[in-house]
Amino acid sequence: MAGMIEIEGVEKHYGGFRALGPVGASIAEGEFFSLLGPSGCGKTTLLRLIGGFDEPTRGTIAIGGAPMAGRPANLRPTNMVFQSYAIFPHLNVTENVAYGLKRLRLGGEEERRRVDEALVQVELAGLGSRMGNQLSGGQRQRVALARALVMRPKVLLLDEPLSALDKKLREQMQVELRHLQRQIGITFVLVTHDQYEALGMSDRIAVMFGGRIAQIATPKEIYQNPASREVADFLGGMNFLTARDIAANGSGFSADLPGIGGISGRLPAGSDPAAAGAAPVIGIRPERLRIVWEGETADRIIEGTVADRHYFGEVTNLVVDIEGQDAAVSVVETNDFGADDIPVGSSIRLTCDPDAFVFMPG
Amino acid sequence: MNAGDTAVRVTGAARAGGARSWLRTDAGQGWLTLSPPLLYAILLLVGPILVIIANSFWTQDYLTIDHTFTLKNYREALTEPIYRDLLARSLFVAVLVSLVTVILAYPVAWFVSFHGGKYKGIWLFVITVPFWSGYLLRILSWKVILGTNGVLNTALQYFSIITEPVQSLLYNTNAVIITLAHSWAAFALLPLFVSLEKVDRTLLEAAADLGDNALRRFVRITLPLTMPGIIAALMIVMIPTVGDYVTPKLVGGKDGVMIANAIQAQFGKAANWPLGAALAVSTMVVVGAVSGLMVLLLLGLKRLVR
Repeated sequence: MAGMIEIEGVEKHYGGFRALGPVGASIAEGEFFSLLGPSGCGKTTLLRLIGGFDEPTRGTIAIGGAPMAGRPANLRPTNMVFQSYAIFPHLNVTENVAYGLKRLRLGGEEERRRVDEALVQVELAGLGSRMGNQLSGGQRQRVALARALVMRPKVLLLDEPLSALDKKLREQMQVELRHLQRQIGITFVLVTHDQYEALGMSDRIAVMFGGRIAQIATPKEIYQNPASREVADFLGGMNFLTARDIAANGSGFSADLPGIGGISGRLPAGSDPAAAGAAPVIGIRPERLRIVWEGETADRIIEGTVADRHYFGEVTNLVVDIEGQDAAVSVVETNDFGADDIPVGSSIRLTCDPDAFVFMPG
Repeated sequence: MNAGDTAVRVTGAARAGGARSWLRTDAGQGWLTLSPPLLYAILLLVGPILVIIANSFWTQDYLTIDHTFTLKNYREALTEPIYRDLLARSLFVAVLVSLVTVILAYPVAWFVSFHGGKYKGIWLFVITVPFWSGYLLRILSWKVILGTNGVLNTALQYFSIITEPVQSLLYNTNAVIITLAHSWAAFALLPLFVSLEKVDRTLLEAAADLGDNALRRFVRITLPLTMPGIIAALMIVMIPTVGDYVTPKLVGGKDGVMIANAIQAQFGKAANWPLGAALAVSTMVVVGAVSGLMVLLLLGLKRLVR
């Protein structure tokens, strides 16, 4: 079965400038799909093309099996939660939510029932008579959500819906959005530049750079096996180390890292270590490097010196110089109360699992 | 500047005690900046109005003014049929002119705001070009257009649409309405443009997203959100139009006479300032009331669009 949204060879040009593409993706029915990337990577452009606010210069988009070419936003089975929420300031909450229903002429009874249902869904029951311009940021976001959901779209598009909220509320809304999506089961397409938002909420993520999709995969796959150095760098911290000898064996590789020793790891699909030249780059996540405390032993010992330390409450981030490696590595250590405070300048012993490494093409 | 800073400065001023230090406080600075226009407004706006109001309660006694209080002028201004008719006609003309002007100016303002692109400034500039010429010149040019042997009649005859010149174009109420609507177009256009500029375009996208086509978006979003601009434009055109006496005099003929012509006559040839003043004050009050009614009506209409 074809996906709910089929994107094929889509490009968007502004004048002579290609802002997007070519990109292709297939988004399944009921999937929570995120478009993740830095600003200017084309993620909002792609979302607007899906919603029908712009037409692609090339390529096709189909929703629910129907091609969308030439269909403006008002005739598409999608609804959007805008970044600015776009709450109609001259209407109250009920009128905002009922806005799209008016045209359907459901009759007062049915319309009221659906509006109430949507307001309950987003936990805004009782605020119906509040005017659009008298709402807090979180409430505006909920009204925008209810206004879109009440239309029962096949696809809900969310353009950085949480970026205007403070951290606490944002985290709460992430959980609620995910819960809501599971409950009603429609396809969500979320645009975000926040990696944690994408990782925590999505079934799959498309990571975008410079108008192209760099990788489409599940959050775990993207985090553990990033397809490129750019992807690895954008999602979480990544230490980049230079290897001496590298050899592929099947879907994995083995290499020799100066100061660390012989290691092995997985190869991202389609990558070829032989093409990496004289200085192949190997990545390891900071949390996969562990400190070996005095009196402990480990199979592999990496000797280093603490160059800097940053305290973040639940964790401490140590910057460690390793003999033989040009760039310092960062190490994330969970702060168990009592066992901490390694002074800057002191020597440190690290260890890691031999398979904690990924080859970084490009 | 923060609040604490202000507090310190205010206490400092209080200690010094003089007017000189009061002038250094925020409030003092504010009044200082405000005072030239305030003085100007009081002298040139409030002053004359007070003189007019005072005059309206006095009596003209041949060449002198009898300063005993009387309501005689108001009685005459409000009961004499000629003044009642002139006031009614003036209001009719003013309301019609303001409606016509706003209806004609709105699409222009909408086009410039929504489709002017980077040429918005140039569009606005071009629109104001006709208003560089004098007011009288613009009225007289309408005489040239609407006259018996005018541009319009000649053109219509040339294309054989009519055989004889149409006489009903000039020297009547229609001519006054056409001329005034043109004269005030730019004044209506600017507040409309400003209010259209303020409409958040994302709201229109949201309305499209919720299923509205272009027409419904306009009626449900653009129109209610630009209502303050519409009201401002209507008022800016209507209020001065009631008091216009040059246009009716030049293109209105005998049917186009308005209340301001009568007021002007009382202050001029008839030399009855108190009656003129009473007419002026009555007109002011009536125009105020009609304006208020129009605002309420439009706000009511806005509530209806949902």
